[in-house]
Amino acid sequence: MSIRTRKFRAARAAAAAAGVAAAFAVTAGGYPDRFSIGAAATAEDVRAVDIAVMPQGRGLPPGRGTWASGKKVYETYCAACHGLDLLGVKNLADMPSGAALRLIGGRGTLTSARPVLTVESYWPYATTLYDYIRRAMPFNAPGSLSNDDVYAISAYILAEAKIIDKRAVMDANTLAKVVMPNHDGFVADPRPERFKAQP
Amino acid sequence: MAKSLDEEHAPEERREALERALRHLGEPATATDIDAHIRAARHDRSADDSGPAPITRRRMLAGVGMAAAAGAAAIATRSAHAKAPPGAVEYPVPADPARVQGRMMGEDGGYGMRSQFETEVRWFNPTRTASFTPMASSHGIITPSGLHYERHHGGIPTIDPANHRLVIHGLVDRPMKFSVADLRRFPSVSRIHFMECSGTTGSEIMKATMPTVQKSHGLASTSEWTGVLLSTLLKQVGLKDNAAWVLAEGSDAAVMTRSVPIDKCLSDAMIVYAQNGEAIRPEQGYPMRLFLPGWEGNISIKWLRRLDISDKPFMTREETSKYTDLITKTGKARQFTFVMDCKSVVTFPSGEMRLPGPGFYEVTGLAWSGRGKIARVEVSTDRGKTWGLASLQDPILPIAQTRFRFPWIWDGSPALLQSRATDETGYTQPTHAQLIAERGPLEVGLFYHMNAIQSWGVDRDGNVKNVHPNQKV
Repeated sequence: MSIRTRKFRAARAAAAAAGVAAAFAVTAGGYPDRFSIGAAATAEDVRAVDIAVMPQGRGLPPGRGTWASGKKVYETYCAACHGLDLLGVKNLADMPSGAALRLIGGRGTLTSARPVLTVESYWPYATTLYDYIRRAMPFNAPGSLSNDDVYAISAYILAEAKIIDKRAVMDANTLAKVVMPNHDGFVADPRPERFKAQP
Repeated sequence: MAKSLDEEHAPEERREALERALRHLGEPATATDIDAHIRAARHDRSADDSGPAPITRRRMLAGVGMAAAAGAAAIATRSAHAKAPPGAVEYPVPADPARVQGRMMGEDGGYGMRSQFETEVRWFNPTRTASFTPMASSHGIITPSGLHYERHHGGIPTIDPANHRLVIHGLVDRPMKFSVADLRRFPSVSRIHFMECSGTTGSEIMKATMPTVQKSHGLASTSEWTGVLLSTLLKQVGLKDNAAWVLAEGSDAAVMTRSVPIDKCLSDAMIVYAQNGEAIRPEQGYPMRLFLPGWEGNISIKWLRRLDISDKPFMTREETSKYTDLITKTGKARQFTFVMDCKSVVTFPSGEMRLPGPGFYEVTGLAWSGRGKIARVEVSTDRGKTWGLASLQDPILPIAQTRFRFPWIWDGSPALLQSRATDETGYTQPTHAQLIAERGPLEVGLFYHMNAIQSWGVDRDGNVKNVHPNQKV
């Protein structure tokens, strides 16, 4: 490499460094305010992972399903663990604070020392059902169901729980409007609790 | 013939070591178990005791190399190898280790092994969705990475860091994605913090259910975590004015999700890529996880792939149907119960141990709080009639387990060992009765955020067992 080339490269590097310094304010500690690290996320980058559904219906995709279409899908993909009657499967242990296999029943048990927590008795939002089934079910092939299948299974569970009519069509519009029995069952965290000092 | 193992080592010492080891595995050790272990050890090792070989010049020169070769052969062929505890390799035990060359370094491939005599392992629940730290034998405050508790909702994914990106989008000025290499270029922070599952001791509220401290309290561990402050990344993307909640999403089969308030994200929240000085383990979220100091473990989403900035919480399954605290007194459930309250437990003596006889014991244990530092720990040995201040061992760090010690002379009569911690906010650990009075009884499922004072009963024979306060020793 000639001396001339080297000089040229050094000058270019100095110019680049000056440019970087000019682009970012540097704090007293010597750290820039922002860093030229990371890349822009494209619309496609976001679309590939943006699967969350919110209670107001944001994120619900096109598609539809009913109790009738859901019955067949449920029996194919869900019944092995959750039971044909949606009450779970005998001798198939619920994972501690993990999979609650029973899906329906339990209304009126929340003040009991043995509450039965199900989609019917406990879940505050129907949209959560769609979100969770689409992202994590069925257990042996998560994320494999079509949008119509997920709407259909949601409709089947909600109808079996007597929350919607068996003829109701579940889609992006109707699912977000379903009012769950325990919709008002949640309160903000009041802790830290004030306990009386012990001797 | 050289002396056999049992002649060389005091049999009582060895018996005690084995007894301790078996007890820590959660299995009550019987005399038969221990004899069987000793017999097995004698049988396996006596074959190697061919006696001292005559010293020759050639042998001396070759000594080091031969030791290495012998070691390699031991790894490859010895049946005893299979019996080594996880993380160890079983080697023949010389009668006098000072009279033979030791192994050459490097047989571990450059990543160390533990002693073949150490047997501590995590305990897995029957459904293999959680594993528990062996607290009974814990020392100091740091949990080894391989013994840190685990809780998975869809198993442990295998992720190639070269293909992993963290996408941040939603209510931001510039949606961005970050690779692991990107994260490592940002200014980093290292902090020692505990992490605890909100279900820890949740089955203990109405009665004693777990026999050992590992199984009752082992869903809590402490590590040094290294990563980048989430606030640094949020500055990169630029938050919109109405940004209020952040959805964190994992890349596991559960595609685990929780909503996090923006205030936490802008204070001490970290994106972590290292634990205890090395890359986080796969079961801890490799290559990157969220870490929210002092908050229930499940919200520190592992295998983090996405942060969606929003104006409202997402109401995911894990923050509605799970990880909400049903108050049976009212029928209403507390939601977004993030902080882990102050808690402590005596780790020695604890369930399934046996005190050999009356005399001096140093009671020791761990205390921690999601709200700051531990201010004091009191210990009672007499059913809570009197309490004495335990000494706290430095360092006493905010949101980290703190080791406490308390001298005790056991007079041989039945005793009840308890500890109660107070954190720097002035909050003191409650009793079971206080928690039940506040929240109502729960006979099934997990009583989340259960931080009651733990009791270990000691009977006249020195047997220690988990005792509910409603129960006689």
